[in-house]
Amino acid sequence: MENSYSQDVLLHAKQLVRRWGGLVAVNNVGIELRRGEIHAVIGTNGAGKSTLINLLSGEIPVSSGTINILGADVTTWSQPKRAQSGLGRSYQRNTIFPDLSVFENCRLAAQAHDQKAWMIWQDADQCNYSVSKANAVIEKTGLKEVKSRIAGALSHGQKRQLEVAMCLATDPVILLLDEPLAGMGADETERMLSFLNELKPSHAILLVEHDMDAVFRIADRITVMVNGSVIACGTPAEVREDRNVQIAYLGAE
Amino acid sequence: MKKSAFTFFTPFFAVLLILPFIGSEYSNDWVIKTVIFAIFALSLELLVGTTGLVCFGQAAFFGVGAYVAVLLSAQYPSPSLWILLGACIAASAALACVVGALSLRTQGVYFIMVTLAFAQMVYYIVHDTPLGGGTDGIYLNSKPKLFLDYGLDNPLIFYYFAVASLLVVLLFLGMMLRSRFGHALVGIRINEHRMRATGYDTYFYKLAVFIISGAIAGLAGFLFAIKDGFVNPELLSWHQSGAVLIMIILGGLGYLRGAVIGAFAFALLEEFFRSEAIFGAFSKHWHLGLGLAIIFCVALLPKGLVSLPAYWQARLTGRWGGSTNKDPHSGANS
Repeated sequence: MENSYSQDVLLHAKQLVRRWGGLVAVNNVGIELRRGEIHAVIGTNGAGKSTLINLLSGEIPVSSGTINILGADVTTWSQPKRAQSGLGRSYQRNTIFPDLSVFENCRLAAQAHDQKAWMIWQDADQCNYSVSKANAVIEKTGLKEVKSRIAGALSHGQKRQLEVAMCLATDPVILLLDEPLAGMGADETERMLSFLNELKPSHAILLVEHDMDAVFRIADRITVMVNGSVIACGTPAEVREDRNVQIAYLGAE
Repeated sequence: MKKSAFTFFTPFFAVLLILPFIGSEYSNDWVIKTVIFAIFALSLELLVGTTGLVCFGQAAFFGVGAYVAVLLSAQYPSPSLWILLGACIAASAALACVVGALSLRTQGVYFIMVTLAFAQMVYYIVHDTPLGGGTDGIYLNSKPKLFLDYGLDNPLIFYYFAVASLLVVLLFLGMMLRSRFGHALVGIRINEHRMRATGYDTYFYKLAVFIISGAIAGLAGFLFAIKDGFVNPELLSWHQSGAVLIMIILGGLGYLRGAVIGAFAFALLEEFFRSEAIFGAFSKHWHLGLGLAIIFCVALLPKGLVSLPAYWQARLTGRWGGSTNKDPHSGANS
């Protein structure tokens, strides 16, 4: 039992610390992401949620602590190397390629797994792997009608969808999603949530989100951060009952 | 090749091919010098227009290519063309590898300054040491043979050799930009951050493109040295790096033909403002006229001379403004 359980832990971070000078943005945080689970991280602005994602994805180095992905210690790995090993992330602000078409955005993301940069005699559009992968994620995320549109001209919700599509195009098993619902309308939110549920069985998902209704509906496990530290971690029901959380975050007294 | 590129390059090369038979010796010399600068400009367009790396030290690679050609043919008289050409390209590429490996660790304005600093170092090495003949420069004593007895000392053979070089560079770059490597370079220009998060080790992409760019600049330097049979440290000065940067901005960033158009436009403007027949004594101050003309061009056509047909078309149909948002990079640029 213990063994099969740990096989499903795809990402395991222990005692992560990140200091910016005297400020401790992330203080001794541990987190486990399991396949088939949506793990939400909530907390007020400045609680260290985005810093945590940046540490996990390798965008900024840790001050101390260890990060383990799929059984490998990746603490010293560069961001591209971690991405190659199956970690995908989306950003809070849209970081699509605004000048390129929706298709090319996805194709370029998919190409990361089939780079072959030396094959300069072959057209990128004839790279079967990235073309078919891009078409697949476009289909999956419902962007088919806008496939050839320039990404910068999409609506905000579509850009968020594209953001997730590009993340999926790299075939990650661990998804770090930084506020995927930000600025979305009710319909778009519903669609995104059911989409995340579809992804859940085959992925380990970390969700940083401000929309509390959505979080308590969809998350299997919630970590609550305040001032860089974890004050509670558990199922939505446990977190809701937690006295510290009620005082510090949910505002109940 | 995209249609717009095709409609430009077909007549362009057709004119270049027949020009030696209708032009004067002076005009042929001018054209071939400009063709060489077009190759030089293409090397920088690859960095600035495609990858978004503003290199302000491109003259170093150009100058090293030129100096290696002269120094090697002084050591080994009547050298083989291909060995000499290979040596010049390899020397520039090697320098680009070292400069790139160090400077690509910086970004933005720091990158501009670091590349300038390296170029100035190379400039002073050539300028202040006996290695390259000092400020006086050195002469090339024998030009390489193309085949049999036909050497590049024959102006007509050299002319076609340089035009062929430009064509080869254009075809090579056109192919490269359509490849996965080229698409990744465009991605790096637009959003390097995202490229890294997606799993691209962008440093190696940038280093590779920097080396390729240096090699092409070396080719241009080689041609320049063979053409004039003389090199001096001014080839490596920062003025040269600046001039080639102005060429690609004038022509229009993001298009290979922009670099070619820019090189010719720059040379034409220079020729115009230097002309004593037109400006009389004022032609001494040709830099002033050239500068003003460039400012005027860039202010009127921020996207470069490449956008001129679209501008005219829009003026005729009265829709200028709407088409300015079109980005040249939505596909591969060629």
